[in-house]
Amino acid sequence: MIGSSPIRTFIAHAVLILGILIVAFPIYYTFVASTHSLQTILRPPLPLLPGDRFWENYSTALFGGIGRIGGVSVGTLLYNTTVVALAIAIGKIVISIVSAYAIVFFRFPFRMTFFWLIFITLMLPVEVRILPTYKVMVDLGLIDTYAGLTLPLMASATATLLFRQFFMTIPGELVEAARVDGAGPFRFFKDILLPLSKTNIAALFVIQFIYGWTQYLWPLLVTNRNDMNTIVIALRKMISFADADTEWHLVMVTCMLAIIPPILVVVLMQRWFVRGLVDTEK
Amino acid sequence: MPQSSRPSATKKSAPHPYPLPVTNGGRGINAGAPQADEGHSGKEEALSPRVTFPNKVLPYLLVAPQLAITAVFFYWPAGQALYQSMLREDPFGLNSKFVWFDNFARVLSDPNYVNSLKVTVVFSIATAFVSMAVALLLAVMADKVIRGRGIYRTLMIWPYAVAPAIAGMLWLFLFNPSIGTLAYGLRWLGFDWNPLLDGTDAMVLVVTAASWKQISYNFLFFVAGLQAIPKTLIEAAAIDGAGETKRFWTIVFPLLAPTTFFLLVVNTVYAFFDTFGIIHAVTGGGPGKATETLVYKVYNDGFVNLILGDSAAQSVILMVIVIGLTAFQFRFVEKKVHYG
Repeated sequence: MIGSSPIRTFIAHAVLILGILIVAFPIYYTFVASTHSLQTILRPPLPLLPGDRFWENYSTALFGGIGRIGGVSVGTLLYNTTVVALAIAIGKIVISIVSAYAIVFFRFPFRMTFFWLIFITLMLPVEVRILPTYKVMVDLGLIDTYAGLTLPLMASATATLLFRQFFMTIPGELVEAARVDGAGPFRFFKDILLPLSKTNIAALFVIQFIYGWTQYLWPLLVTNRNDMNTIVIALRKMISFADADTEWHLVMVTCMLAIIPPILVVVLMQRWFVRGLVDTEK
Repeated sequence: MPQSSRPSATKKSAPHPYPLPVTNGGRGINAGAPQADEGHSGKEEALSPRVTFPNKVLPYLLVAPQLAITAVFFYWPAGQALYQSMLREDPFGLNSKFVWFDNFARVLSDPNYVNSLKVTVVFSIATAFVSMAVALLLAVMADKVIRGRGIYRTLMIWPYAVAPAIAGMLWLFLFNPSIGTLAYGLRWLGFDWNPLLDGTDAMVLVVTAASWKQISYNFLFFVAGLQAIPKTLIEAAAIDGAGETKRFWTIVFPLLAPTTFFLLVVNTVYAFFDTFGIIHAVTGGGPGKATETLVYKVYNDGFVNLILGDSAAQSVILMVIVIGLTAFQFRFVEKKVHYG
């Protein structure tokens, strides 16, 4: 290593720590706010250290406060969001792994047409076709259903491309050996392909779980009933800066509850997360 | 057409964590025309002989779920958007008239639309610049330290997991004029800060929130990009007497160009499309129309104001922008990747 004098290393550490303070500050401060009383929050500046209302605020938000957020408990919201995030992540992986399997390991008419049809969906994110997609949902009766919240987000080219890419690196000899040993397509998929794809599946799962958890525009459109809201949408409805009724201490608790699960997934599955992001993009 | 797209067909394609429109797909986008099909697959087999299973029906069943969802939720609505963009409809859908490109003409000549185009451009450039500059600085520092690298990374990736809308709310909580602690600090310092009334302040706030959320993503990519640069080059320059700053600007930064270009496109797309939550939760496009981005306007015109034809025309324009960005990525970004 060159240029690693103690002073330079010290500066590097100092800049990094400063950067982390900036990056972490909003989240930390939300936590601090979630442990203070409403009166303290309404009189800025808020102390930099957590207050003594932790149990009170969190138990009120989780178990008390019936009738908040349009009569829906935080538990329901967390449940909805978990269902949506898991369904999107798992559904996407299943759907795309089988279609990538078909495209790589079979030869059939229109194979490449199908591939391109899937590929081009990259250029049609929800944001550019919101109104017509909403209309389709209404016609199919999918408003306020879990299917409506998840199905349209399950098909995307990204996961299919990732699996296709990975499958193409699997040597043909492996397929040949499996066939010589009498393994059919199901057997090959289950006993060889799935175990080989484990890392890719884990990486994709983390990214898609976060994607599902943080959805905003789509849940906003397809849910009318409060008890079908995801926690992100419900939070938006809780906040009102115009009137003084916003119960900020509870909003902050809900904020924490909304960001802790995805943060845990990212931090605990960091290895796969980073792999999923960086390795697949190169 | 198959010939022109052929050489790149075996290149790596890289999916994006979001279903974003841009990816290193590795192929020219125009090669997607159906007529390219037969010759295409035939040649692919000739180039890369692949052992396959002989089943005739099974593969169709395997692609069926994805194709069904794609057809119902992607192609059908996209077609509808195209069709509606040429219709003039009343809000109740009782009367409609085919008007060709009238909607486009009206949308493009509408000062509000031009304004939101400007807002989007300013917002995107500012967000991409701020988040990439901060991330690059931190990544360069992280590349220098040996001890604690893992901990720094762990602490740096949190914001990625925060929903854009919540990121917006967190920053709004800090900078809200009545209860925000940082807003209090700004006023104490003498700034006349009010993002709820002042357009520039509102823009600064949404750019801050949007950039903050994107720092972790850019950081991870810059770290990976820096690690891919051969250390021998930097050492050679150091032996030749180049100082640290000079080494960075003449060696590291140019070699990092592929990563930078890639992130530039990804961040632009992020700012264009994924920040709807921030705008909707923080400013609602206001004050005035100071933070009304294109996506927000499509939503607002379609769902709130119920001007269906205009909204559809805007959707189609957005589609063109997405396709343009994707094409840009293929032509310029993909070709510049020369390391590794």
